[in-house]
Amino acid sequence: MRILVIEDDSEAAAYLVKALDEMGHVAEHAADGEAGAFMAEEGGFDVLIVDRMLPKRDGLSIIEDMRRRGDHTPVLVLSALGQVDDRVRGLRAGGDDYLTKPYAFTELLARVEALARRNRPADVETTYRVGDLVLDRLSHTVTRADTEIPLQPREFRLLEYLMRNAGQVVTRTMLLENVWDYHFDPQTNVIDVHVSRLRGKIDKGFDKPLLHTVRGAGYMIREAGPDRGGEAAWVRSGG
Amino acid sequence: MGALGRLIRTTAFKLSLVYLVVFSGLTLFLTAYIANNTAQLLDSQVTETIDSEINSLSDQYERGGLRQLVSAVDLRSRRPGASLYLVADSSGRTVVGNVADPPLSILGLSDGDTTSVTYQRLDGDAGRRYDAVVRVFALPGGFKLLVGRDISEIGQLRLLIFGASRYAIIVMVLTGFISWFFIGRSVLKRVENMAETSRRLMSGDLTHRLAIKGSHDEFDNLALSLNEMLDRIEALMTGLQEVSDNIAHDLKTPLNRLRGRLEETLRRGGEVEDYREAITSAMEEADNLIRIFDALLKIARMEAGSSGDSFESLDAADILDEIVELYEPVVEDAGGRLTLETKRPLPLKGNRTLLSQALSNLIDNAIKYGQPEGGKGLSIALTGAFDGEDICLMVTDNGPGIPEADRKKALSRFGRLDEARSRQGSGLGLSLVAAVARLHGGRVVLGDAEPGLKASLHLPKA
Repeated sequence: MRILVIEDDSEAAAYLVKALDEMGHVAEHAADGEAGAFMAEEGGFDVLIVDRMLPKRDGLSIIEDMRRRGDHTPVLVLSALGQVDDRVRGLRAGGDDYLTKPYAFTELLARVEALARRNRPADVETTYRVGDLVLDRLSHTVTRADTEIPLQPREFRLLEYLMRNAGQVVTRTMLLENVWDYHFDPQTNVIDVHVSRLRGKIDKGFDKPLLHTVRGAGYMIREAGPDRGGEAAWVRSGG
Repeated sequence: MGALGRLIRTTAFKLSLVYLVVFSGLTLFLTAYIANNTAQLLDSQVTETIDSEINSLSDQYERGGLRQLVSAVDLRSRRPGASLYLVADSSGRTVVGNVADPPLSILGLSDGDTTSVTYQRLDGDAGRRYDAVVRVFALPGGFKLLVGRDISEIGQLRLLIFGASRYAIIVMVLTGFISWFFIGRSVLKRVENMAETSRRLMSGDLTHRLAIKGSHDEFDNLALSLNEMLDRIEALMTGLQEVSDNIAHDLKTPLNRLRGRLEETLRRGGEVEDYREAITSAMEEADNLIRIFDALLKIARMEAGSSGDSFESLDAADILDEIVELYEPVVEDAGGRLTLETKRPLPLKGNRTLLSQALSNLIDNAIKYGQPEGGKGLSIALTGAFDGEDICLMVTDNGPGIPEADRKKALSRFGRLDEARSRQGSGLGLSLVAAVARLHGGRVVLGDAEPGLKASLHLPKA
């Protein structure tokens, strides 16, 4: 994936670019708003990571310009401002996701990858399939090995979100935001309990588990076990 | 520009001037109107009198000829306050009457003409002429009868009215200026007092307040609301002071711990695995710091009343449903029970995220600190109900509760009770709940559920 990082803190940016490169992406860096806007206009990126407060030009105005041009490249907004209304403003300007500094690199990576997949056909598919697990979005049914698994509505939405991002790490915060629409950090790990219940329904009694915990990052649904959780667990950004 | 210059620039002066001009104009108009109408009325009365005199005299003439007319005129002209009478022959010589030198032009008038003249009275001062309205009546043989009425009194009346209005205007202008001077001076004085107070406030003495005279006028009202504003500012400043004190205290402690741990690791050295472990624990500590910091910022912004989070119309029952749905499995896993009992709808204006977070904090607290002693199961009850004009969202547990003496402390910023200090968390959970309640115009009440803690969020109904 080609990723453009528009961030004025050179140390944070260098770290971010290096970490993204290590994860197999090609990251480029712009150190201020004008350079960032110029590179964004050149195009060719799959995802943009834009800091809100930049020298020379405001990060949100770059996104607004892109959207006016009809450029729908997904944008992750980074900001030190974490209030609910700041978030709303960031999304209204055309940002697709909003991450508050300081953040964990695993969180950023998971969100960037989820954004890159956003425009893929997965969203219009009516059935998701991971191994022998099938989720039908129209009839709201889930089957594994041709046996129907009854799920609560929220469990269904949780599984739907995990399967839409199959093969990718999904963090707890992403689940809380996308499945529950909550934008705060509950002190108890409520998400873990919900996921473990879901796991009990879809994995229990089958010899091959599909829903995996990625240590220190979140969850992933895929046929094979997670292959990079060990690293991701301690790769973090000081942002 | 001295003191007078400042007085002239006051609003009181400008207003006084405008009123002066307006009222002077009105007075002039009114005077002119009254004078004019009165004069017209008097004029028509004069004409009527003259007409009736002529009618009665011509009656006399018809009955007794010239002789009787002359004697009647003679008789009438001698009465006090008489009208003007004159009978002249064709050559213009006076036969009888009380007019000294009738201007010949009058006698040249034809029958029935009315005109204004000046005349000399036979009994008056020589040379003094009076205004009159006269009418001429032609008699056979070239004789002419002239009947008139003195109108100098009408003129005097007019002069009198205009004179009075002149005095009125002069008095008005004088009073206007005097009242402007005093009002302007008192206004200036009060405004200067305010300016003086604000200068003192700006120099840093926030305890100073504007003087209230107790006259309940607009200046008192202004001073009252400015004082309220100052109270609020002072409270915010105090809050800020508290926040920085608390940051110093509660953020420095974990930072110090973090630094100490890293230093210890560095000093001791060891295998890669040791370093990894130290870094992992340092990161956990950093995450906790971030959490504390976020909560602090959130509280500070809410207390400033400027969170800016847009409020929308909500049903608190929905919020309760959703939060119960989120927490039910957690409570069950902790071996407890989470129940919900609510009226619906519970309409209110608020922010869903903040209200959900407040409830989530209350439930978190109940899970952490509400475990009952003696192996009984944890039971958390959520209730939504109306309490008068308020909506009351309550989280009740069956744990040990909080002793009454500690409840206030539990709600204050960083008010982590000692037993909570040892556990993980920012210690800001309840203070955040309190801040959310205040932002929504409500409050948090901690009570005794006998046994257990009863934490209720009172919010104004929409």
